[in-house]
Amino acid sequence: MTADIRLERNAFGRLVLTCADGETVEGVVPVRAFPIAAPDDGIALVAPDGREAAWIERLDTLPAPLRQLLEEELSRREFMPEIRRIHGVSSFATPSAWSVGTDRGDTEFVLWGEEFIRRLGKSGLLIEDSRGIHYLVRDLKALDRTSRRLLDRFL
Amino acid sequence: MESNRYAEKPDTAQAEPWRREAESLLAPGESLSAGLRLDLDAELHYAEGLLLVTSRRLLARATHGTGWQEWTFRPDLRLSHRDHAGVGSLELFDRAARLGSWRFTIGQNPAALRLADAFEAQLQSHLSGRPPEPPEEEGCPKCGAPLDAEGECPACARQIHAPPSTRTLLRLGRFARPYRWPLFWGFILTLASTAAAMVPPYLTMPLMDDVLIPYQNGQPIDVSLVTLLLGGLLAAALLAWGLSWAKTYILSLVAEHIGSDLRTVTFEHLMGLSLEYFGGKRTGDLMARIGSESDRICQFLSIHVLDFITDVLMIAMTAAILFSINPWLALATLLPLPFIAWLIQLVRDRLRTGFEKADRIWSEISNVLADTIPGIRVVKAFAQEARETRRFRAANAVNLAVNDRVNRVWSLFSPTITLLTAIGLLVVWAFGIWLVSRDRITVGVLTAFLAYISRFYTRLDSMSRIVSTTQRAAAGAKRLFDILDHVASVPEPARPLRLGEVSGRIELREVAFRYGNRSVLRGVDLAIAPGEMIGLVGHSGSGKTTLVNLICRFYDVTEGAIRLDGADIRSLALADYRRNIGLVLQEPFLFFGSVADNIAYGKPDATREEIVAAARAAHAHDFILRLPQGYDSLVGERGQGLSGGERQRISIARALLIDPRILILDEATSSVDTETEREIQKALDNLVRGRTTIAIAHRLSTLRKADRLVVMERGRIVEVGSHDALMAREGAYFRLYQAQARNVDADAAGAEPPRIEHVKRGQS
Repeated sequence: MTADIRLERNAFGRLVLTCADGETVEGVVPVRAFPIAAPDDGIALVAPDGREAAWIERLDTLPAPLRQLLEEELSRREFMPEIRRIHGVSSFATPSAWSVGTDRGDTEFVLWGEEFIRRLGKSGLLIEDSRGIHYLVRDLKALDRTSRRLLDRFL
Repeated sequence: MESNRYAEKPDTAQAEPWRREAESLLAPGESLSAGLRLDLDAELHYAEGLLLVTSRRLLARATHGTGWQEWTFRPDLRLSHRDHAGVGSLELFDRAARLGSWRFTIGQNPAALRLADAFEAQLQSHLSGRPPEPPEEEGCPKCGAPLDAEGECPACARQIHAPPSTRTLLRLGRFARPYRWPLFWGFILTLASTAAAMVPPYLTMPLMDDVLIPYQNGQPIDVSLVTLLLGGLLAAALLAWGLSWAKTYILSLVAEHIGSDLRTVTFEHLMGLSLEYFGGKRTGDLMARIGSESDRICQFLSIHVLDFITDVLMIAMTAAILFSINPWLALATLLPLPFIAWLIQLVRDRLRTGFEKADRIWSEISNVLADTIPGIRVVKAFAQEARETRRFRAANAVNLAVNDRVNRVWSLFSPTITLLTAIGLLVVWAFGIWLVSRDRITVGVLTAFLAYISRFYTRLDSMSRIVSTTQRAAAGAKRLFDILDHVASVPEPARPLRLGEVSGRIELREVAFRYGNRSVLRGVDLAIAPGEMIGLVGHSGSGKTTLVNLICRFYDVTEGAIRLDGADIRSLALADYRRNIGLVLQEPFLFFGSVADNIAYGKPDATREEIVAAARAAHAHDFILRLPQGYDSLVGERGQGLSGGERQRISIARALLIDPRILILDEATSSVDTETEREIQKALDNLVRGRTTIAIAHRLSTLRKADRLVVMERGRIVEVGSHDALMAREGAYFRLYQAQARNVDADAAGAEPPRIEHVKRGQS
């Protein structure tokens, strides 16, 4: 089933979806179905009442302007900094304060316990801090030696 | 207070830099009302920005270095706050468009909410010309919650975002105080037993110099001297044995007592905490904290600290003795010590990380077990035994690899210590022989030195462990103090009102409740007459259970009041008040014990006749008699062997037995099938009779008997009335009822949203 949709940003900064049948939904929000495993596959446009208004199979098959709009909205909504480097940790006993460099800049957070580090596949990690913010380590092996050694103490 | 040290510092320190900058922007007569440090930019990168509310306008600087934007107050401005997945946003709108939007991490959320409030207040005041209403009371600078008597914020003190410090261990002093005399004697005994252990090497000196060497030089052995010296050796050994026994016994006793006090106090404190606390914690975590953490602290105190003190004393005493005999040889003996200590520490450190890793890997293995064994039906049903075995084998292989690595270092450790000891001895030998050859010392002195030093190095090893054990114990202590520092959010009144005969009239006045930052209930007004049955209905998340929890006083209202017979429930003694409430939950919880014990849980002194009467009224008597041991049958944690309906009827009997004036049924019948529901309903009808009842039910049909139905939506009461009246009104209740009636068909026809697989170019 193929449907045509139109998506625009209105003056209030909300996305307005116009479905093929002419129905419009204001304030739709793009949500990735697999934010970690397959970020570009399966994106739902969710209406303000929590209902799925449209489903996009793949982001990269979309025409450029639509994709750009979606990517822009996603980047303003999703917050999962990707850890690129670990500058230091306050102690190897938890709770421990971490100072890290991420794709969104440098930051600090507190790790409650080792159980808040979740393994993702073979070499990925998802770290949840004391405030509930998630940090991603996409590839453990791609980190530099120091970061790896620090991280290793918690794994 | 120590407890405060680990709580995050209020915002004031961080606030200062921006406050100065902000004040330079103000026009004459303009005052600063609130500020928010933004820590994210529009694309959610970490960046410093600033948002200010003054008495005239909103000022914003998106990131450092960019210019200021301002919006002077006008009637159609609106500032809206949202948060999602760790990111909060504030957006400014006027009638036509969005004017600005700012992002920040969730840590800044309280400040953002305060800024939004300040914006509203200042805007209204600016438009009306009246000065803004001053805040009700001086609140916490971080979250705005009212402070307690000591000027601390109970909400913020709870959220500890700081790593543990070994200083936490000092707080154990509070638990050590009752045992200060045994501790004192323990210390004296430690001192004495260590000193006694110093004697034997010392006696080797006269044994060498005055007995053996003179004999080799042709003199006869002085039997009385030998007897004296050997007697001294025996006496010293016996003394050291006795003292060391007494010391270990006393100190272990004290440590065990401290550990046990810690456990009891923590559990007692835990029981006093409100449901709010348990809501956020996992059972396993709390169990581990109270069980193993207190044990770890106890071990630390009784073994590690004791050993460490003994070792330090021994090394200090040995050093003193060595220096008193011969300072030069002592220097040569002690010089390599720091170096050896460093080496040991190095190896230990590697070992420790290895052991910790092995510990964690072990938990990985137990995770597989904990996953697979309870889920064995699913595993078998989907024929995934081989895959689970693979998973287990993989975890086991990792375990093996880690342990292999640890063992490589570990196997090296003991020989290394021996080697170091040998090298140390070598140094002493070499230097000693040289000194003997120069007639600076006697052979006896050298022997004594060698005897002392051989005990030295092995102690260094055990001393090196103190660092890691202290760290671990500190982490354990912190976890326990986390519980102890938690202030009960449902405080017992200082001078409680006595509760006489209760009629069961409940009034809720302007009740509001916030959970964290989230507002759950707002402006709830309801008066319930004695003996009336109220049915609470609404979608899940509409605040029904919260309302019931407030009435049970599991939480306290944030605003407004709940009154029982005209008295605010906060002024009543908790136990006194709850004695009047019977609670029947969706998932009845049976404690380990007999059926009779479970029925009599709320009234342990109930007679057998009362128990049977309650069971009869709850329609539980018949099936209880069918159990192998009748009322004495054991039921487990979740009542194994009993069906859901049977458990529910036991819990109804439990509520009946305490004969409460107020009855609360929270989805009491929703987890059972319709047939069982009918049976339970009969039991409930007995229970409800003559009592003020508040019932929550998902199936609206079960509330037919209710005098009034209260419909809730998004934390508010939207409709009140009888079933017929509400149906006639065709409002929220009507929709709920219709939806439930339609439920089956609607589910089947579930509409699929439009899908987009390929969108042709140019159509967006």
